[in-house]
Amino acid sequence: MLKVIRMKVNGSLKELAVDERESLLNTLRTRLGLTSVKMGCEVGECGACTVLVDGEAVDSCIYLTVWADGKSVLTVEGLKKNTGELSRIQQIFVDEAAVQCGFCTPGLIMSAVEIVGEKKSYTRDELRRKISGHLCRCTGYENILNAMERVVKEVSDKEIPV
Amino acid sequence: MFDIKNYTEAYTLPEALEALRADEDAIVVCGGTDVLIRMREGKDAGKSLVSVRNIPELQGVRRLKNGDIEIGAAQTFRRLTADPVIRKYIPMLGEAVDTVGGPQTRAAGTIGGNICNGATSADSAATLLTLNAQVILAGEGGTRAVPIGEFYTGPGSTVRERTEVCTGFRIKRSDYDGFAGHYTKYGKRSAMEIATLGCAVRVKLSADKASFKEVRLAYAVAAPTPVRCPKAEAVLKNRRIDDDAAAQQFALTALTEVNPRSSWRASREFRMQLIRELALRTLKEAVEKARV
Amino acid sequence: MGAVGKSVKRVDAVAKVTGQAQYTADLEPRDILHGKVVHSTIANGIVKRIDISKAMQVPGVVKILTCLDRDLPQYLFPTAGHPWSVETAHQDICDRLILNRRVRFYGDDIAAVIAENEVAAAQAARLIEVEYRQFKPIVTVEAAMKKGATPLHKEVRPDNVIVHSHMTMGGADFRYEQARRTAAKEYGSEELTEISGTYETPRISHCHIELATSFAYVDQNGKITVTTSTQIPHIVRKCVAMSLGLPEGKVRIIKPYIGGGFGNKQDVLYEPLNALMSLSVGGRAVRLEISREETIVSTRTRHAMTGHLRALVKKDGTLLARSAEIYANNGAYASHGHAVCANAGAVFKDLYADRMGVEEDCYTVYTSSPTAGAMRAYGIPQSVWFAECLTDDIARAIGMDPCEFRLKNCMKEGFRDPGNGITFHSYGLKKCIEAGRKAIDWDRKKKEYDRPQTGPVRRGIGMAIFCYKTGVYPISLEAASARMVLNQDGSMQLFMGATEIGQGADTVFTQMAAETTGISFDKIYIGTVQDTDTAPLDFGAYASRQTYVSGMAVKACAEQFKQKILDYAAYMLEHASTDMARTVYAEEIASARRTAVRSLKLGKTEKITPAMLDIRESRIVLKKNGRQLFDLAVLGDTSFYSLDREQHITAEVTHHCKQNTFSSGATFAEVEVDLALSRVKVTRIINVHDSGRLINPQLAEAQVHGGVAMSLGYGLSEELLVDEKTGRTLNGNLLDFKIPTAMDVPEIEVKFIELEDPTGPYGNKSLGEPPAITPAPAIRNAILNATGVAMTKAPMTPQRLFEAFQSAGLV
Repeated sequence: MLKVIRMKVNGSLKELAVDERESLLNTLRTRLGLTSVKMGCEVGECGACTVLVDGEAVDSCIYLTVWADGKSVLTVEGLKKNTGELSRIQQIFVDEAAVQCGFCTPGLIMSAVEIVGEKKSYTRDELRRKISGHLCRCTGYENILNAMERVVKEVSDKEIPV
Repeated sequence: MFDIKNYTEAYTLPEALEALRADEDAIVVCGGTDVLIRMREGKDAGKSLVSVRNIPELQGVRRLKNGDIEIGAAQTFRRLTADPVIRKYIPMLGEAVDTVGGPQTRAAGTIGGNICNGATSADSAATLLTLNAQVILAGEGGTRAVPIGEFYTGPGSTVRERTEVCTGFRIKRSDYDGFAGHYTKYGKRSAMEIATLGCAVRVKLSADKASFKEVRLAYAVAAPTPVRCPKAEAVLKNRRIDDDAAAQQFALTALTEVNPRSSWRASREFRMQLIRELALRTLKEAVEKARV
Repeated sequence: MGAVGKSVKRVDAVAKVTGQAQYTADLEPRDILHGKVVHSTIANGIVKRIDISKAMQVPGVVKILTCLDRDLPQYLFPTAGHPWSVETAHQDICDRLILNRRVRFYGDDIAAVIAENEVAAAQAARLIEVEYRQFKPIVTVEAAMKKGATPLHKEVRPDNVIVHSHMTMGGADFRYEQARRTAAKEYGSEELTEISGTYETPRISHCHIELATSFAYVDQNGKITVTTSTQIPHIVRKCVAMSLGLPEGKVRIIKPYIGGGFGNKQDVLYEPLNALMSLSVGGRAVRLEISREETIVSTRTRHAMTGHLRALVKKDGTLLARSAEIYANNGAYASHGHAVCANAGAVFKDLYADRMGVEEDCYTVYTSSPTAGAMRAYGIPQSVWFAECLTDDIARAIGMDPCEFRLKNCMKEGFRDPGNGITFHSYGLKKCIEAGRKAIDWDRKKKEYDRPQTGPVRRGIGMAIFCYKTGVYPISLEAASARMVLNQDGSMQLFMGATEIGQGADTVFTQMAAETTGISFDKIYIGTVQDTDTAPLDFGAYASRQTYVSGMAVKACAEQFKQKILDYAAYMLEHASTDMARTVYAEEIASARRTAVRSLKLGKTEKITPAMLDIRESRIVLKKNGRQLFDLAVLGDTSFYSLDREQHITAEVTHHCKQNTFSSGATFAEVEVDLALSRVKVTRIINVHDSGRLINPQLAEAQVHGGVAMSLGYGLSEELLVDEKTGRTLNGNLLDFKIPTAMDVPEIEVKFIELEDPTGPYGNKSLGEPPAITPAPAIRNAILNATGVAMTKAPMTPQRLFEAFQSAGLV
């Protein structure tokens, strides 16, 4: 059955009729064309579909869209500025070669946005734990951690916008 | 897209209970991290879902006037870990649920779901056992409180009726006050893991912190259901905390109270080794915390 | 000057961090049908009957194909990602149909549902009733090779043995047994030590994060078109054509960005079925997203191998001879099987310079279990596990330092494989060993950890070495193509047949093109999508071949392209006062000509020739002194629109590579072993690689990180378990199949010994796969050092360690 919901997606309010059986992953990809949200397992094991719901990173594959009614959703598409400039996190992922096949990247960046938003400093081991909900088979996590470390440091040191 | 027959968003407890009663295929969903996965696997495909996510009674953590603590069933693991009451009075529970899956799972999964799915591997279960928690179940006939030790009836099964909603957990002040505890999760990975074995130890020390007044021990995956080990606990009563022989006896006694099985995940023998070793190590951690 | 050797940023990084990069599922047309494969629930048998009547009644179901359909294409086809061969002896085994009535593993493809939506497809798939005639599952190699075992492919291999290859070193007639006798006579048996043992490696899953996914439709030319997550679009086209009995021109394969492959996608997976599904509904678009569980069980895996090994060594540490009997469990279909085990055997014998020789028998065997195919390093993680476990066991038996033993006996500079002629053109193996030895402080730590240890936690240090070919010549065909097109502004479009699969191929090709043409790196735009209708021929991403083989194509093409530009530049300068004088660039070219004439002191009758010119940073310059003449944009614009001499400057080269070389390297690992919990913590891991000149050091290092993590999982936690009674895979999901998370991987240290390889187009040689070879055995050897327990079977899970420690009396 279709249900009309209202949610903010990447800053703009969407009023959508969605099937109650839809996952947020389905809705973001097929109704809204936000294909950065990747499907890798459908059971919350790989983290490729991670988006922020009211600022909290969740696996959108096991999150029903109707649950996001009245909430705010952020995906990687919402990070780049209108000038075309990348966000700091995105730029640092590029600079640190934290990207290989790129399939886990959008999800990891969303976790990074959440972590950085806490404006706290973390040790490398704490960061490992904080990204442990993402499986990456290309990088050994090494450069991802380098990027995370750098961005967390920058933001907690200098109050740079995420 | 999930194979859901009907979906009901309940905003009050009566609404949820009515929806469960009205549709024989209806099951409760909260965080979705178990139910949606079972649905996708085909196990619960075609069932109806009654969401209890938005029912006020299931939210939050409260410390009552008498010091008892009530935990709403819909509390996500992450919120539980961050909750000021939990951090202050039962940090061990927050730490235990912080070992579930990964950060995203912990943001969605709830303690109610963790207990109600009946798995012996539930990371909150062993700790709740050592806290003598009561499971609060609301049904058509009213509410009942089931001691968690009596809640599990077998692998994947509990005393909860399909038409009942778990609203939360109650922990008496006397069951947490003065105790400190530790939960060790042993898995093959350090994250995104289901416990090969989980061990919870809570200790209450004497005033001089030299001996045990009370010790509680419970395990996950050491039997078909989460299991408490009263005989082992009794071994350490009034023994000195540096009494290594007593600690060894404690661990050995635990072995008589468990019944792990062999599966492709781990052999019974290896689990027995872990049961013994983790009893010792977790006890040590718990004592460390109690002495702070 | 020169982009090669610089850590430039990936050309696709921005697209990937913004979500702009489009993968297969992101490109699906909106009006699309959903496909779902129905898999067998037995491991060995024949489908007798399929009842689809209930399934057809599910609203939304459009069509169901089954293996019993009379009109199902009956063309046996191969799936290995090898170039097809016109020589019968080199052709891959054709042993499967699109849907198979003869069920050969639990998870075989027996039917497929096409529906309006995914829920209907899944519901219908559950309602299909299948009746089987069942045979006993033969999951293990032993069961499959037993006399009287049911043949899985009666017509192809009645004895279930896909290939038995006998290989030797030290002469074609070398026999280990004979060497033993000779050695005993020559040195006296008291001078000799013999080691024997059985070592095993697990079946594992690639676990690329993007699933095996595709969609298919018939395009405007009437071609069946499959957009798919593959490493090998041109090979997929050939195999889809074979499977459907269509001419190749009627098949079109499109490969967009892909989310990892690691060899699984160096195989034709569900493209033939997807194509058939679309054709069965009149060419409508049908998507076939294979779930994670299906991807693990029903695509491909890495071969589990067992090696029965023997080694004969002199007490002074001279390795005399080894023998190996290797059995590879290939599962239900041949895929790459025959080639993987042979490759394993090749490196086992090459890696050490046994004074007398090596004898090997490699068997690849059909079993009723998930199909094994290519996976990163193609058999070598298995044979190096064998070789390197054995090496440490030898060193231990004769009381020699394992690092010294390797330096004494490892393959030598100038090595040339007598069988295939592959030569170690730039030898860095010993340098890698020395560099790693120093970096991890081997000599001191070894001494420290060799002392008797007590207590619950033991420490140890270990190492392992490898060698690896670069591409597949002369075992198979090697060819690659590049196409370059000049734009009006002097920038270049670069088209490759080679595929970017995450390893950074597009970036390094761009660097190479910049290096050779002189066009700035940021003015070269590489097309990342390979559409077989337009992409030049290349066989794809595998065998760590692309920087080498496709790199040769880039270089050859860039040289031609540059020559054409320089010819045109010379024409412009020579016609400064005539043709060019009528153009908007008249003054610029006239001035450039004056500069050239002055600078080169040219006489009145002397011409400016292309040989005098060069391109640097997208400017035409004088070769002699780099003096700038004019911008490439001026040339581009002129060449496009000149009324006197219009020329669209392009070049295209297909390079048939007939070269190969070895790369090599070593891993050094340090561990802490918690005996009572039977858990290993890798505290330090260093990979040292001899991969020739690095095209992009930052990406090269990143490649090593990923390989090390993969091998760490291989060594410690990853193992796909198949129930012997039923043939069912027990842990075919990402929760139960344990690839490492960020919390399971230590800091990964990387070093390179950069030696220019004379055969590499830019001095480079293989790197993509090698990092995934040695970490697992290095960790094993560190555990041996720490505990004295010689593990023989990977992965060294807590369960397995517990059992071994228990037998050793440690717990």
